[in-house]
Amino acid sequence: MNPVDARTLAEVYDVVVVGGGPAGLAAALGAREAGAERILVVDREAEAGGILNQCIHAGFGLHHFKEELTGPEYAERFVNQALAAGVDLLTDAYVIDITPDLRVQLINGALGHAEVVARSVVLAMGCRERTRGAIRTPGFRPAGVMTAGLAQKMVNLKGLLPGRRVAILGSGDIGLIMARRLTLEGCQVVGVFELMPYSNGLTRNVVQCLDDFGIPLRLSTTVAFIHGRDRVQRLTLAPVDARLQPDLKQAWDVACDTLLLSIGLIPENELSHRLRLRMDATTGGPRVSSTLETSLPGVFACGNVLHVHDLVDFVTEESLRAGGYAAEVARGKRRPIDNIPLQAGDNLGSCVPHSLSPDREQVIYLRVKQPVKDAVLTVGNRYERRFRLLVPSEMVRLTLGPEVLERYFGDTLRIDVRPREVA
Amino acid sequence: MLHDVIIIGGGIVGCAIARELSRFELRVALLEKEAEVGFGTSKTNSGIIHAGHHAPPSTLKGRLEWRGNQMWDQLARDLKFGFSRVGELLVALEPGDLAHLQELKEQGEAKGVTGLELWDPPRIRREEPNLSRDILKALHAPTAAVVNPYEAVFGFMECAQQNGVSLHCGCPVNALRRVDGRFTVHTPCGVFQARYVVNAAGLFAQQVAAMLGADDFRTRPRKGEEYMLDRRLQGLVTHLVFPTPRPGTKGILIIPTVDGTIMVGPTADDHDDPLDVSTTWEGARRVFDTVRRYCPAISERDAITEFAGSRAVAEGDDFVIRASPVAGFINVGGIQSPGLTASPAIAEHVRELLAEQGLALQERERWKADLEGPARFAQRTPEERRALVAADPAHARIVCRCELVNEAEVVDAIRHGARTVDGVKFRVRAGMGRCQGGFCQARVIEILARELGIPLHEVTKRGPGSELFYPRHDQPGSEP
Repeated sequence: MNPVDARTLAEVYDVVVVGGGPAGLAAALGAREAGAERILVVDREAEAGGILNQCIHAGFGLHHFKEELTGPEYAERFVNQALAAGVDLLTDAYVIDITPDLRVQLINGALGHAEVVARSVVLAMGCRERTRGAIRTPGFRPAGVMTAGLAQKMVNLKGLLPGRRVAILGSGDIGLIMARRLTLEGCQVVGVFELMPYSNGLTRNVVQCLDDFGIPLRLSTTVAFIHGRDRVQRLTLAPVDARLQPDLKQAWDVACDTLLLSIGLIPENELSHRLRLRMDATTGGPRVSSTLETSLPGVFACGNVLHVHDLVDFVTEESLRAGGYAAEVARGKRRPIDNIPLQAGDNLGSCVPHSLSPDREQVIYLRVKQPVKDAVLTVGNRYERRFRLLVPSEMVRLTLGPEVLERYFGDTLRIDVRPREVA
Repeated sequence: MLHDVIIIGGGIVGCAIARELSRFELRVALLEKEAEVGFGTSKTNSGIIHAGHHAPPSTLKGRLEWRGNQMWDQLARDLKFGFSRVGELLVALEPGDLAHLQELKEQGEAKGVTGLELWDPPRIRREEPNLSRDILKALHAPTAAVVNPYEAVFGFMECAQQNGVSLHCGCPVNALRRVDGRFTVHTPCGVFQARYVVNAAGLFAQQVAAMLGADDFRTRPRKGEEYMLDRRLQGLVTHLVFPTPRPGTKGILIIPTVDGTIMVGPTADDHDDPLDVSTTWEGARRVFDTVRRYCPAISERDAITEFAGSRAVAEGDDFVIRASPVAGFINVGGIQSPGLTASPAIAEHVRELLAEQGLALQERERWKADLEGPARFAQRTPEERRALVAADPAHARIVCRCELVNEAEVVDAIRHGARTVDGVKFRVRAGMGRCQGGFCQARVIEILARELGIPLHEVTKRGPGSELFYPRHDQPGSEP
């Protein structure tokens, strides 16, 4: 990869990638493999790699590299590959706006306010964490309430601790990982409390981060009040009813100085909104075709800005494809227009992409709304697959070949997940 | 050093008084117990400049409210804070309220409040299509306005400082004596001496006055909870919406803030603990149940953040602004609503009281009324941004993505008095957007540590005791 400055930044690029995390780096590589010559990756941090740089735990790469890597190791492999491939990298830079004719406006300390022309653009801005405001927790507003990701950054990159005695609300993967990390750092983790009756993290993280360290996970529980004027002093916790409302009569107090929030992720789509892309209200990301192209021709999206993934390996796979299709468009090549709209049916929270084409094998990612045991997933009336257990926290990857898709030419294809009927 | 005047309390009132006194050849110091000015009642104020007709002219409130209202346009221009005359609608939902609307209209007109009009339902629907169809009539007052109260406090104080007033934060008053016609004020930052003292200590004014036996008034805290709604509700209402007032409170309002978001609140609950700034389930329920009566589209699900604060309410409900039994000691107590509106008029009134007590007021030759104001990057054109970045590359280092705040702005805020993460947030909006500091807080902490020359773990949210991060167990500063 070539770090670029004012002298070497080109005026025109085949592909400009916004975001240098795992999605952006893979998109750049995918674009190179598909024949793009000038590729620019823009990242706001001083170093590429995105959120992986603060994920110092292992568990990355099991699918893509068939080995277990830490986050920084996984990122380094992609940075090195991009370096070898001659991709331009502009760090400490911020994309302010993209015009509908794909002029990318950015600012950077060395360049000032610059503009580059892109033949195609890949959006790979990732996601952000939901905060206290999103869940309306009454009480005081002291120091010591923060997202699990901010705590992870401060612990792993700045060598600071969020507190000494920590409670975690929400069982998202970052929260589970931080429960283990803070225990290893000598903090006392008093428990992980989850509003829903099931965990929102990967099963392997519940086992490896909580069970192995004796950290309790209490389901159907929420924080009903935060005490402490300057710094958190204690929390009132309460079980929730079927409508997820706290039952204050059964509430109890826990002393702690810190509350970490791991209550969900939101795709970071401010640029997408400025571009007026058509959005999917369920995923929070743009609607995309089978080539991962958004409603604005020439603009592609991949990774967590498109829909929140659980595994970086899936981000990589999706982004390699997005980069490849972006390169094709930049080089004047067009795939056939999708002719099968896809619809998320019973018990499906999301389904990406939003349309398919029968000319080639298609990869579909989906997520259920509610856990289902002995589930049957049906695609239209021709394809069926069984699962022992489907949970919202684990995304399903589905591939469909032309032999299935050809039958649905011009029809809306609906995917449903139902419990298997007992004979 | 002997000061002419010491002001105790750096809220909106104390800071407005500081700016007013800075016009004259006086040595003035302001003592604030919190880490920064405006961190008490003012920070949690609703941000409304009241139209002028609410309080009867027989009260001090009534006199200072309308005078204060008329001063804000010039103040906003001079001190460079956001200000908008959005106007207010006082709505009547029950036939019994109609007479009261008429009385308020007449009261306002008698005071000289301009533009008061009674609107019938078709007019209300045309101007505010999202308000309830059950509203019988509304009193429209175009003179009502909104500001960000903390920006006004910072503006008053900075202007006072540029005209020679000294500011001492983190400086609570522990003892106060009057010996040989001079006051000595004992604080952890040293002993201050003064010929006159203005007690603008807000919720703690009675306590401060008692140190001298000058507490000839009683106040108690009244708590208010406020709920900020998601930005996508922008435009749901474009006027301030008030219910017909009841004794002791103006009621729960819908507030289109100067930043374009909608806020609902406050509650009004008398209690005993001035430090209780908690929001509650019950308060939220009351706020949303109430505002839904006049705007059914508002729901608790739309809340993105919430806060609470207390104001001091005096016995008799009026402001207490008067010379105390102790010569040279002026009490400014019980400054509840419309205290923000009245604050610049309160400052004039206090100046007159000091003059009556013998303080000589000689106008300063070079008094600078206005501030330069910050370079708000987010509001600049591409050409202006290019020039800013060329002048200082720190303008290209974006700290807060949601509100597009750069490092140069954060550094500027610190140079102008921000000492805490909240201080930076309330000056430049870093951390006020949709991610609520998730991304920018780490950067803000690093910049604060660098500029203040302190380790990262000493950076606080809003002063000592609110440290945000702790050193690791094997690092210096860790507890044994």
